[in-house]
Formats: sequence, C-alpha cells, structure tokens
Amino acid sequence: MFQFNYVKAKSLADAAALLKANPEAKLMSGGMTLLPTLKQGLAQPSHLVDIGALPELTGIEVKGDTLVIGAATRHCDVASSPVVKKALPALAYLAHQIGDPQVRNRGTIGGSVANNDPAADYPSALLALNATVVTNRREIAADNFFQGMFATALEEGEIVVRIVFPLPKRAAYEKFPHPASGYAMAGVFIADTAAGVRVAVTGAGPGVFRWNDAEAALAQGLKAGVLDALHVDATDLNEDFHASREYRANLVQVMGKRALQKLLA
Amino acid sequence: MAKITLTVNGAPHAREVEDRTLLVDLLRDHLGLTGTHVGCDTSQCGCCTVHLNGRAVKSCTMLAAQAEGADIVTIEGLAKGETLHPVQQAFTDCHALQCGFCTPGMIMATAAFLKDNPNPTDEEIYRGLEGNICRCTGYINIVKAVKQAAQTMK
Repeated sequence: MFQFNYVKAKSLADAAALLKANPEAKLMSGGMTLLPTLKQGLAQPSHLVDIGALPELTGIEVKGDTLVIGAATRHCDVASSPVVKKALPALAYLAHQIGDPQVRNRGTIGGSVANNDPAADYPSALLALNATVVTNRREIAADNFFQGMFATALEEGEIVVRIVFPLPKRAAYEKFPHPASGYAMAGVFIADTAAGVRVAVTGAGPGVFRWNDAEAALAQGLKAGVLDALHVDATDLNEDFHASREYRANLVQVMGKRALQKLLA
Repeated sequence: MAKITLTVNGAPHAREVEDRTLLVDLLRDHLGLTGTHVGCDTSQCGCCTVHLNGRAVKSCTMLAAQAEGADIVTIEGLAKGETLHPVQQAFTDCHALQCGFCTPGMIMATAAFLKDNPNPTDEEIYRGLEGNICRCTGYINIVKAVKQAAQTMK
C-alpha cells in the first residue's frame, strides 16, 4: 500500500475537523472494504481517519416504529442482536450473509452504506425499506442516497452517523453469493411497507436499484408465484468474469422468487 | 510512524511501525510469529486469521494501528506447552491438513467458531468456516476435525 497517516478520531467533531484539514483523507470504520481497496492501489488517501470506536456511532435500538443502528455497528452485532431479530429479522439475516465470519467481526453498516459497493448487501435493505441515512449534517432518504457505482449523496467531509429503518409489516432478503468473496451476485430485498411493497436489487447492476416491474406485480397482490412470469432486462446489468449479464438477470429473478417465498412463509 | 502496544499470546509488546503496516506484517515480520500466513491479496482465503479480543479476524485486512491495546492470539498461542489445543489435536487426528498452509487460519477460525457453536451440525460448520479456503483437502477431514474438537471440548 502507499504510505498514509493513520489517525484515530477522538470524537465526531474531531473526525470532521480532520477531514476538513486534510482534503485527501478517508474515513475508516471496519476497513473491510477500504483496506482491500488500498492494497489494490485503487486509492491513495493522505490520511486514514479511524472512526470505528466513536461512541456517537454505536447503538442498536427500536425508537417508536423505527429501528436505529449506529454507523460503526459491526455486521456480527446486527446479525446476533435480539433487538434486530425481533423488530426486523430480515435485516439480521442479511447481516449474517455478509462476507464471512471474520469479515462480519469487523465490517460496519456505516462503511458499507457510505461506500455503496454495487455488490454490497445493506444498500438493498436501505432502499427497500426507504431508510434514512443520518449524517453529521442532515438526513438523507435512501431513495436519494444511492447514486450509482460507489457514488452516494454524501458531500465532502460528511460522516454517516446512524441509519433509521422504518419497520415494515414484513420483509425478506435472499442473495446468490460469490463462492469465494461472499459478495452478492444478485441480492433481492422485498419489504411490505406502509407505503406499499418495495423491491430493491443489489449485486446485479452498477448500483442498487428498485425492481419496478416486481413492485407493480406485487402491488396487484402479495402472493406466491407473482414474480414467476417476470423477465429482468439484462441490458444494463453488470457483465464480468463472474457472470454474464444474462446470468445475472436470471439470478435476480430466482432470488426475487425465493425472497417472496420467504416473505410469505 | 505509529507506536503500537498490544498483547500477543499473553505477552505485552510495543513496536514502532509505518502507519500502513498490516497486523499480519507486525505479527510475522516484527514479532517473528510466522505461523500466521499470507495466502491471497484479496481478503478471501483466511490463512491470516487470528483472534483479536476473542474474535476471529483477517489480520491481512487490518492495520497494526487498529490493534492498539488489543489482545491478540495467534496459532502459536493455542498450545499449552507440549499439550496441543483440542482443535490442533483434532486436526492431527483427523488428517485435516496436507500442505498445511491454510491450517493455522483454519484452526483459529475453528476455535472461534466453536466458542459460539459448541455443538455444530455439518451445515453450520460449512457456514462457520466460509472465511477459510483450502486447496488440498476438499474439506471432508476438516469438518471431521471440527466435530471431534467439539466433542473433546464439551
């Protein structure tokens, strides 16, 4: 890796100040995405500002009809939290599918969301549930947050503090993982929300997207078999040496059907 | 440069290293604990697995600086003198290694896994060791070893 300066932030304000003073600095939470990126030489930050231990970024709690999770919460803790398992079990299941046990012991939800890897799992949950990303400056709805491959609405120096998930009536997630990395080759999150059924797909396209045809079909009736006849247009899907775009289109449909089955079970 | 103090296998250590030093490099190159291996460049293989504050982590995907103040256990820290840890013993008894390159990481992952899953099914073992890849064995004897260790550790 290129040289950089490592700094452990003492507080959220300290982290913000460090980012302001060092425009080429990057935040690090779990580091499960950032460090592999640096090892591949794909980024060359001047500083790594470690926010992984900041108390302002911790916590899992139900507040009214929402589930609030601090940005530095590790995947293993979301996966095993009795609070999450009770209020939003699909999210606990999703967290349990991320990467592998060692990655889940370090990776965090804030890092995943801020990075917006096209194959990350959390973006599909945020988009399907229309969660709110709370930063140290404002609140951003998921619909406006994810802006394409590794692109989010976050501004220079802005820090994700917590995610607020409105609790759905029901939800389910199913993904087809890459066998070595565990990344989603296609992951579908279906949420039966107060504002209707929302379906978000990750892993298959350049960024997480809502599967409009599936939502329209499920709006007619949330029952088994509704997705069977749907074909996913492969045109804008990812093509790489793991899978062709046609194969990904098929995976989206299969994972969608499995998620629906789980939701109805 | 970063000044790191941490505990490794029960002993305190302090080293001054470049900020970009990975935890695995601190353990191998600075502390001479070469049982922890570097097997890939992509955080997938798990050969570098150690315990950090009781949790299995990939030491190639952590900075040494992130381990400041932490309690690390490496493969060298499992045996008690001449007595192998039950997981090590099981890997020997069940011929769960051939070249041995993945083995330290596999054993560290297993030891952590069994703490939370003392009585695992085969399926749970497959899932529990997903972070570790073996080129030689086809995993059959590794699974047997995990089950034997679970029995011994009851």
